[in-house]
Amino acid sequence: MTPSFSLALTGSGGAGVMTAGQLLLDAAALAGRYGLMARSFGPQIRGGEAAALLRLARRPVECPDDDYDLLVALDWGNIERFADELPLAAGAVIIADPGQGGVPEVIATQAGRIHEIAISQLARDIPGGRPNMVALGIAAALADVPGGAVETRVRQALARHGDESVAAAIACLAAGRAAALEVTGHGDPPSAAPSEDTVDAGAPGPHLDRWVLNGNEATGFGALAAGVRFCAAYPITPATEILEWLAGRLPRVGGRLVQAEDELASINMCIGASFGGVPALTATAGPGLSLMIESLGLAVAAEVPLVVANVMRGGPSTGIPTKSEQTDLNIAVYGLHGEAPHVVVAPTGVGDCAPTAAWAVSLAETLQTPVILLSDQALGQTRTIVDPPGGELARAGRRRYVARHDDSTETYRRYAMTADGISPMSCPGLPGGQYTADGLTHTEHGIPSTRAEDHVGQLDKRRRKLEEYDYGPLWGDLHGAGDIAVITWGSATQPVREACQRAEACGLAVRLVALRLLSPVPASELEAALGGVRACLVVEHNHSGQLYRHLRAWTELPHPTLAWHRPGPLPLRPGEILGALQGLHAQLEAAA
Amino acid sequence: MSAAAVLKPKDYKSATRPVWCPGCGDFGVLNALTKALAGLGLAPEQVAVISGIGCSSRLPAYTSVYGFHGVHGRALPVATGLAVARPELTVIATGGDGDGFSIGGNHFLHACRRNANLTYLIMDNAVYGMTKGQASPTSAPDWAGSKLTPNGPGIAAFRPLEIALSAGAGFIARGFSGDPNGLARQLAEAISYPGFAFLQVLSPCITYRPEQMEYKALVSAGFEPLADRNEAFRRLLTDDGFTTGVLFRAPVAAPAPADARQAAGDEAAALDALAREFTAARLRGDGGYEP
Ligand SMILES: Cc1ncc(C[n+]2csc(CCOP(=O)(O)OP(=O)(O)O)c2C)c(N)n1
Ligand code: SF4
Repeated sequence: MTPSFSLALTGSGGAGVMTAGQLLLDAAALAGRYGLMARSFGPQIRGGEAAALLRLARRPVECPDDDYDLLVALDWGNIERFADELPLAAGAVIIADPGQGGVPEVIATQAGRIHEIAISQLARDIPGGRPNMVALGIAAALADVPGGAVETRVRQALARHGDESVAAAIACLAAGRAAALEVTGHGDPPSAAPSEDTVDAGAPGPHLDRWVLNGNEATGFGALAAGVRFCAAYPITPATEILEWLAGRLPRVGGRLVQAEDELASINMCIGASFGGVPALTATAGPGLSLMIESLGLAVAAEVPLVVANVMRGGPSTGIPTKSEQTDLNIAVYGLHGEAPHVVVAPTGVGDCAPTAAWAVSLAETLQTPVILLSDQALGQTRTIVDPPGGELARAGRRRYVARHDDSTETYRRYAMTADGISPMSCPGLPGGQYTADGLTHTEHGIPSTRAEDHVGQLDKRRRKLEEYDYGPLWGDLHGAGDIAVITWGSATQPVREACQRAEACGLAVRLVALRLLSPVPASELEAALGGVRACLVVEHNHSGQLYRHLRAWTELPHPTLAWHRPGPLPLRPGEILGALQGLHAQLEAAA
Repeated sequence: MSAAAVLKPKDYKSATRPVWCPGCGDFGVLNALTKALAGLGLAPEQVAVISGIGCSSRLPAYTSVYGFHGVHGRALPVATGLAVARPELTVIATGGDGDGFSIGGNHFLHACRRNANLTYLIMDNAVYGMTKGQASPTSAPDWAGSKLTPNGPGIAAFRPLEIALSAGAGFIARGFSGDPNGLARQLAEAISYPGFAFLQVLSPCITYRPEQMEYKALVSAGFEPLADRNEAFRRLLTDDGFTTGVLFRAPVAAPAPADARQAAGDEAAALDALAREFTAARLRGDGGYEP
């Protein structure tokens, strides 16, 4: 089990809860903690109610816990909207500002100890003081984040606003901390007696090499590190940060980004750049992926490498753009018309986004195929403290280029039948390598053809290159060795992993298989990983069990294998998955 | 390879036999294009012709340069991606009026605005040839030759030159496939233009619009390149749709997308620096980080 502390800062728009939350998370990172922060907003474009949802721990954590230990409310805005998202733990502490009216029903009826602190009054008492900095002081004290770390972070973040702003903020932090310790009856500030693994805020150490970032930034970085030098962008929540991150960074490594007029254009611009030999990526979400589908089929047929990072959100249609759901596996794998095998991968956590994005680029380039990377809102937009990826991010995957084509007796065969299905590629600029890439069924030379031999031959070739390829150990992550197994993917991996740890702690050993390669299904690896398993649970964050059905289509799963899935918008929590595991175990015991 | 001295128009043709109907106007366009490329002395491997879907979009495979035959309506974005990623190449997008003005119409507007360095050659036959004769955006509202719209499409015809002018294209011309020499000259000018160059080519579909065989009698070389956009609009007020020549040539191409690329320095060092931006150390006050 991961002992951790979860807290929520809520307030209406402009109250600054997101700033306070992020500074707290950053300070925790400086103090050697792990943790994460999700943002929850109301439907307003600007303003409206907002909640910063944090979890801090001394061991790596990459998913929200079952419930919250602390709620700091700057005001009560439309708190009802967050009630579902804010289950409070038994004995949770609720800090309410009496100046903001009584504690609303939805909160008061939950199991928590309510303490009053006049947050806005405390801020008013300090010239230039702001309530969110008082709230930050309160939260830091109760979450046991050393005051020194918070101060260091605040000083740095506010430096450009001048000394007075910094001094006011520091005074607010102190006022908040003192008030929190007083009303909750805690003794000395925890930072006065630091726990053994709390690092002094100023002290350098390996913890300062940790990354503090969200999955969207990590995805952009992984792609860049693996060689992407072109991006065509059309904004869509929750994928836009990938595009914005790349826009600022691509020029620094000699790459370029174009804002396209729509996703029909962005995918085709990527196809054009990649046809020109420049590794390309675009990022989108469900509605945009739907528009790209026809052209993804073109990339399969014309064998053009590219990566689409699809950051999933609640669907169908416009759905819930700001909430997570693992809902696009079906379209990613099966959405293309005709028979168009390609690669679909998914990162298994925020910390895995950079390596998986890099792998996606390398697979696309090696296999000359589109690769769809399925991230989701939870991975993409949760700012998380993670260990940096070890080793080189995949740069091995390079296109197989044809050597200068000198054989004047024969024109270049772009789609030559090869044993491994990969045909050496040419690229504009290379003399003698001219060909016409085509989405029409074609001969080895790329000339349109309706002959059965060409059609079947090229279908076989494109399937062969994906099936014969050795994907290596990255196909999935394995943990544990029980005879009950859980199979999962993407952001569900983290709550599942925690559920397995908790099961283990109660004496129930569970084997975890988190798939990174979703298509083609790594059937033999999966079957080997499930050897000796008595029963299996397939866990995912959607309404219809898309991975379960996908695996049933391509592999033999142990009997029984149960599907456990639930749609968004609420995040998957370890406790409910643990319940499902215990249920499966009880069922097996009863049958035995 | 120095192509200039040696290559003839036929060297820019491939061995693949066109699927076009005998007498199709697109043959003339292919001839004009190969003439233009030979005239400019471009090495075939430095040229890419990008198309969508339609009879006219089959053209790339009939050339010996790099070609891309994509999906219906998306020639311009593919060409834009290539031109932006590989600015040293000569990029020519091509296809039909259905491909470019109907399903791909949005891309046409934005390509005019974006002004990437590429040429867009539309073979306009005012019909969907490949799908056997339906009305296209440039068909007259009363053209009743299609089973799909037996009383004519009934909606105003698309006016490519006006629209290109409004959308900001820097080079706008009209040619005729029955005049390969004149067309080759216009194409050479369009290709040499440092920005987005649009060329509408009247290219008869003798199968579904046999009356277009009369185009020869209707076209007249009347446009003289204007440098003022408003004057070009005025010139179009008296255009019957058959005037050929370069209508508009912006003296200074509108600013192309800014090239923010830095000189290819040490990529590994740049990537290391980017990775450092993520580190907790950055949150302590060594600058460069904004929450
Ligand atoms: C998405 C899609 N819709 C429809 C078609 C069918 N289709 C093929 S070519 C074409 C129209 C071609 O007309 P145009 O672009 O004017 O070229 P032409 O054949 O006249 O040269 C259509 C509608 C298609 N290939 N793809
Ligand atoms: S149908 Fe018309 S456009 Fe198509 S090839 Fe025949 S003549 Fe040309």
